[in-house]
Amino acid sequence: MTNILAVLAIFSGLFFFLSGSIGLLRLPDIFTRLHALAKADNIGLAFIALGVIMLESDILNNIKIVIIWLLVMAASAISSHLVARHALREHRSDD
Amino acid sequence: MISGSDLTPILTIALLVALNLLLLSLFIGLIRAWLGPGVEDRFSAILLVGTGGVAVLLLLAILLQLEALYDVALVLALLAVVGTVALTQSEKSHD
Amino acid sequence: MIELLWSVFDLSLVLLLLALAWGTCSTRDVMRAVTLFIAMGLLLAIIWARLKAPDLALAEAVIGAGISGALFLSAIKDYPSTITVSHRTPVLQGLINAFTLALVILMSWAVWHGLNMSDGIRLSDQVVAQAPVSGVSNPVTAVLLNFRAYDTLLELAVVLTAVLTVLTLNDRRYSHVVSSPLLQGMTHWLVPLLVVTSGYLLWVGAHAPGGAFQAGAMLAAAMILLQLAFPSRRQQFSLYLVRFLLVIGIFTFVVVGIWMLLLNDVFLAFDPDWAGTLILIIETMATLSIATALALAYLGGRPMGWEEGARNNSASTENEGAG
Repeated sequence: MTNILAVLAIFSGLFFFLSGSIGLLRLPDIFTRLHALAKADNIGLAFIALGVIMLESDILNNIKIVIIWLLVMAASAISSHLVARHALREHRSDD
Repeated sequence: MISGSDLTPILTIALLVALNLLLLSLFIGLIRAWLGPGVEDRFSAILLVGTGGVAVLLLLAILLQLEALYDVALVLALLAVVGTVALTQSEKSHD
Repeated sequence: MIELLWSVFDLSLVLLLLALAWGTCSTRDVMRAVTLFIAMGLLLAIIWARLKAPDLALAEAVIGAGISGALFLSAIKDYPSTITVSHRTPVLQGLINAFTLALVILMSWAVWHGLNMSDGIRLSDQVVAQAPVSGVSNPVTAVLLNFRAYDTLLELAVVLTAVLTVLTLNDRRYSHVVSSPLLQGMTHWLVPLLVVTSGYLLWVGAHAPGGAFQAGAMLAAAMILLQLAFPSRRQQFSLYLVRFLLVIGIFTFVVVGIWMLLLNDVFLAFDPDWAGTLILIIETMATLSIATALALAYLGGRPMGWEEGARNNSASTENEGAG
């Protein structure tokens, strides 16, 4: 039973990952692409982490997975902020 | 410890399909990193491989029954941030 | 079915790696090349994980993606934005192409040959069998720090020599990119997290993938992050502390080796009872040395205070370095 739920969670995460990548391809601007990248990929990762937690029986490893997920979220936020700031600086220098 | 009895063949197949689709989404995202008209689009490659890589590692940890891959995922998330910071904070960023 | 899916996965990883490597080498834009190089480093870490080599995955993630990327970026600061290939005559180009093709064929044959030789001598079983005697239960650490400890000692010496060379060659370059307050706020929790993770990797290296090189490189990454986030704050190193940290790894290693020489008549021969403790001591000191060395390699040049300290020390002897 947990296996079925876990696989469902993982495939939901996969759906978000794929849509994030397609968004990365089709969206017009670096700023919009960052939305697709940071947000969609992180939700995908959250679902995949949830699925892996359900499959993983050791409690310490589960805590580690939660830490990883929180860390990737914070890191993605900072990284996309830095990239957007960099893009803004470059665009401003062009005008 | 990940108990091996949890890994039924159907579960393995499902996880492997998920893994391959994850790689596909990485591929699609990296097309943008290759094409992207701005240098920031190339930076998005690091974000993509960072988040997607953590997801791949989580699935691999279950499939290969290796606990250490959680540590690798943690380190990967941390170092993707450092790489992005190094790229955006370096002076030579003009396309 | 399962094997087929694994094969698809492996093949996709290989294709992805080749695509990134090709992109890194074939592009004329240096920033694009460095970006793809860092991405390739991260992908290599995933490949090592797929090949069930977590120690290598950790090392590749930290050193290949983090440190190497930062070092490359520091190196291209004064480099032109696009790489210009000097003009080659068709004959020279043809020779280069032929040589490269021959090299590819030779290496492909070697790999195929190696994969098909099934009855080579595999040492991994012997290592795993002997690991309990070595004082640690992680076979990789056992090989690095006990069975082949001399090699590791020489590797540390190589790192030290490389860093000394970098220090004599470079002048310190100071970056003037304005740093974001969000970045500075992030370092408040990210740098301690990096330090704690480094300590964790050092400690866990005894019984799980980890070890001194990974831990040291993580500490260096923390230092690089600090430098990137606070570029106007020129890091002030105590002269003696830096020198002390650089050599403490090799020093401890050699001292332990000589002590074992006096006890057991063989350099670096650990007693099985003491081996675990000794390995931990050596690894801790080596972590500090590697971290200092890699951080100095990135920061480049002589840290602030180096020249002034040297001038103060040798004011009487008129011994001025290249300054």
